[in-house]
Amino acid sequence: MSDAVKKDKCIIEEHTPWQETTLGGVVTSSGNAQYYKTGGWRAMKPIWKEDQCKQCLLCWPTCPDSSIPIKDKKRQDFDYDHCKGCGVCAKVCPFNAIDFVVEGE
Amino acid sequence: MAIRDKLSGNEAVAVAMRQINPDVVAAFPITPSTEVPQYFSSFVSNGLVDTEFVAVESEHSAMSACIGAQAAGARTMTATSANGMALMWEMLYIAASCRLPIVMSLVTRALSGPINIHNDHSDAMGARDSGWIQLFGESNQEAYDNVIMAVRIGEHKDVQLPVMNCYDGFITSHAVENIELLEDEKVKAFVGEYKPQHYLLNKDEAIAIGPLDIPSYYFEHKRSQAQGMRNAKKVILEVAEEFEKLTGRKYGLFEEYKMDDAERAIVVLGSTAGTAKFVVDQLRAQGEKVGLVKIRVFRPFPAEELAEALSHCKAIAVMDKSDGFNGKGAPVFNEVRSALYDVENKPAIINYIYGLGGRDVRSTDIEKVYSDLAQIVQTGKAEDPYRYLGVVDANDIDVAAEAAATRE
Repeated sequence: MSDAVKKDKCIIEEHTPWQETTLGGVVTSSGNAQYYKTGGWRAMKPIWKEDQCKQCLLCWPTCPDSSIPIKDKKRQDFDYDHCKGCGVCAKVCPFNAIDFVVEGE
Repeated sequence: MAIRDKLSGNEAVAVAMRQINPDVVAAFPITPSTEVPQYFSSFVSNGLVDTEFVAVESEHSAMSACIGAQAAGARTMTATSANGMALMWEMLYIAASCRLPIVMSLVTRALSGPINIHNDHSDAMGARDSGWIQLFGESNQEAYDNVIMAVRIGEHKDVQLPVMNCYDGFITSHAVENIELLEDEKVKAFVGEYKPQHYLLNKDEAIAIGPLDIPSYYFEHKRSQAQGMRNAKKVILEVAEEFEKLTGRKYGLFEEYKMDDAERAIVVLGSTAGTAKFVVDQLRAQGEKVGLVKIRVFRPFPAEELAEALSHCKAIAVMDKSDGFNGKGAPVFNEVRSALYDVENKPAIINYIYGLGGRDVRSTDIEKVYSDLAQIVQTGKAEDPYRYLGVVDANDIDVAAEAAATRE
């Protein structure tokens, strides 16, 4: 499903005219943090090296932003829409399976 | 039948709060507002109200608790003065921007320093742009009436803003006057049930209140907040009309006292209006065309209406019970003068800072103001409009001599 379809109907879009926004910026829905993309804040970027990964999943609980998706008990590639590049996952990986590089290089 | 009683201003406000029976009161004691939560907590202890009374550890916490409670969906009230409100500062803005119609009685007192517990308006004037509606009462009766109307004004769907019920510390808060109270059931019916559109305890709607507002949202929310304040003027008048039907007591944005043919007028807020009316009556008896405008609603500021009311005058003195410290004039003066900008044949206008830190305001002080205005009308000159009334000034021979006499 695309974000547009999944989005809660109550989410107020950016630059909504003041007459149509909610009073005091009340957010009249919940569970919508995923629609606010914070990947742009990143200065450093973790790179997952799948061939070296043992799927020990130590990285997953250490991620402060739920940016390591899990499918069938295995980690997938990073969710770069939300990963802020803190580097905790690269630090904790016992198998050197996560590189940590300067964003854009 | 209305109930006749003799109450202090604080007690009258506490009685009104008992009749309103709010869901939550969170307050911290500070002179001269202390009696409001003190009386009210006795009503709580005696089971006369259903209110959750939150005894907090500071005024910052008091306003924070009020914000939390009102956001949860509870009708919430508090009271404070001067430095107590100063400690609430950041939360005042948050209450207003979250559009939470909290009602707070502000028992006006000089904002330290130097430390002073007596009355002036420096606390209220400091908060004039915090986004709160500000009503000023002259008497115990008005403090009582205003706090009841405040609930309806703030909660109106076109407004949704917090309201300050301002009345003068000690002069109004502690002096006992005859008062007409409404019956409990009439107050209950008048304020009705609080029905917020969105509230945190609504199990059918998961919401967030007070979220981070990034640049693509913030401006629109502030614009919407400003509209709430603009809309308040009409709502205040509608609520006043309904209140008049109930009580026979008439309220507007301001009160005009003997203004019809007045050439000279004083603009004033709060209890000093009573002293000034006494002087107006005396001068009128001598055939002098003097009048008085008492501002009841300072926020929203009734600029157009004031301009209309004052436009026919020749000279006006605006009385400020706080200084402005902008080097040019105090808040009420600047706004009244600005309101008169579009008037043709503008009246001369001067400012008197008076009564700071509880300095007495006597009828002779008010007489001096009308006499100064007469001189301005005569000469057509209003030199040095930024003036003081009642300050001991070495260059003001009369006042300095009187002060010296007191010292001896």
